[in-house]
Amino acid sequence: MSKKFLMKGNEVIAEAAIRSGCTMFFGYPITPQTEVAAYMSKRLPEIGGVYLQAESEVSAINMVLGAASAGRRVMTSSSSPGISLKSEGISYIAASDLPCVIINVQRAGPGLGGIQPSQADYFQATKGLGHGDFHLMVFAPSSVQEIADLIKTAFDLSDKYRVPSLILADGIMGQMMEPVSFSEEESTDQPDKGWATSGHDNKRAPNIVNSLYLTPDELEKTVIERYQRYDVIAQNEVLFEKYLTEDADIIVVAYGASSRISKSVINTAREKGIKVGILRPITLWPFPTQAIKELCKTAKSFLCVEMSMGQMVEDVRLAVEGVRPVSFYGRTGGNTPRPEDILHKIEQLNEEEK
Amino acid sequence: MEHNIIIAGFGGQGILFLGKVIAGAALIQDKNVSWLPSYGPEMRGGTANCSVCISDQEIGDPLVTKPDILIVMNRPSFDKFIGSASKNSVVLVDSSLIDKKAERQDIQDFYVPASQLANENGLSKLGNIILLGTLAKATKMFEKEIFYEAIEQAVPSSRQQLVKTNKQAFEIGYDFIA
Repeated sequence: MSKKFLMKGNEVIAEAAIRSGCTMFFGYPITPQTEVAAYMSKRLPEIGGVYLQAESEVSAINMVLGAASAGRRVMTSSSSPGISLKSEGISYIAASDLPCVIINVQRAGPGLGGIQPSQADYFQATKGLGHGDFHLMVFAPSSVQEIADLIKTAFDLSDKYRVPSLILADGIMGQMMEPVSFSEEESTDQPDKGWATSGHDNKRAPNIVNSLYLTPDELEKTVIERYQRYDVIAQNEVLFEKYLTEDADIIVVAYGASSRISKSVINTAREKGIKVGILRPITLWPFPTQAIKELCKTAKSFLCVEMSMGQMVEDVRLAVEGVRPVSFYGRTGGNTPRPEDILHKIEQLNEEEK
Repeated sequence: MEHNIIIAGFGGQGILFLGKVIAGAALIQDKNVSWLPSYGPEMRGGTANCSVCISDQEIGDPLVTKPDILIVMNRPSFDKFIGSASKNSVVLVDSSLIDKKAERQDIQDFYVPASQLANENGLSKLGNIILLGTLAKATKMFEKEIFYEAIEQAVPSSRQQLVKTNKQAFEIGYDFIA
């Protein structure tokens, strides 16, 4: 097995991106993700890449648009308020069918909010990171090792489908150190980007990257074609983890930091004889709707645990289609759910079912 | 094996570094481990703390709220965390900086004048590693050699001369208790 390092989540985001062939990074500092940019600023020049601290988030995301247009593997990183600033550019990137990886190490909102961890950008990430009809592929790691693994997936799938990827992390995932090992295989297999505006040397017709369509029929056709690609992604790229769900009466649904807190509670509840399991979405878009639907056959109720006032719970309810009750437990403002409080909620649900 | 550790004190005392050494020792022993620093405005105000979890099982919540090992290096941290230490926990107090004792009978508390010992031995700023030595002796969590290896890995390669002084500090703490 390859060597294990003790590294911060933020540093692993950067290292894994470089190992995935990312050669360009444009960003602007914001707590709690600044180590991503700091690491990139040290490493990218060493490998002949480009690190640039832009004058603002708006500027940084448009540099990403430019680098992606030229066919380079490119990444940007920010935290909640900074991602809001990037949203116009993200919509343009999606509308131009450009691949890239965007990192959101979430902090508490709304507004300037706070700097402690949060999951309150779920709606933004999965439903509307910008204007218009579009999606990003959204990945939610729950350990530092999973960050390393998902960054590569995010780049590969983004290139494959020409859809931008978003890593939805949070202050805990970014700041925490855990052991991590990196895949030994070099990831340089990038698909041919024949569409890139990388210079035609008078040997082919110029490529054009564009998101402006003034004829409604033409724009509608473009959007519908893009949605057909989204359908393929939804069919093939859903990722989730199930733990002790087979015989479970109660299914906890949680992602990222709140899923790992919930998972340890599952074991405690099992010791008390409560049949509870967890479904952890790893992709938030596409969402594991089918997997949740199937659990309705065996489970009596669902409990969604989030670091928000309740956002993913709406997707769980859509998946369950009213067949089973769906409860919610969350903390917000930068607080994390306490294991004993999650346990209390599970015990309550268990009592109600008797 | 399972340990949930809080280390707390002023910024600049090597609180986060001490946490990294303990986490590094756990990794050498192939344990599951997480290290989570406090981050934010309180650091500018002067205090720093970190949570370290070590376990044979998968680690869930990386934020420690009921430590079974507590190391405190200033009075505000002592006041903040002493009540949260779990029953039978090991509590290490830098008694040269904290003029108070825990009024609890259900914990194993050790009072080590770590910062003073560091200064007296020409090892200024190594009070944190003196406390690590005491911790190693008090808990037997890992062999001394494992901590030495973890120190070698945690000290940046450009400052390897500090490994020797760190080991001296470790020894002082180790020998402080019987």
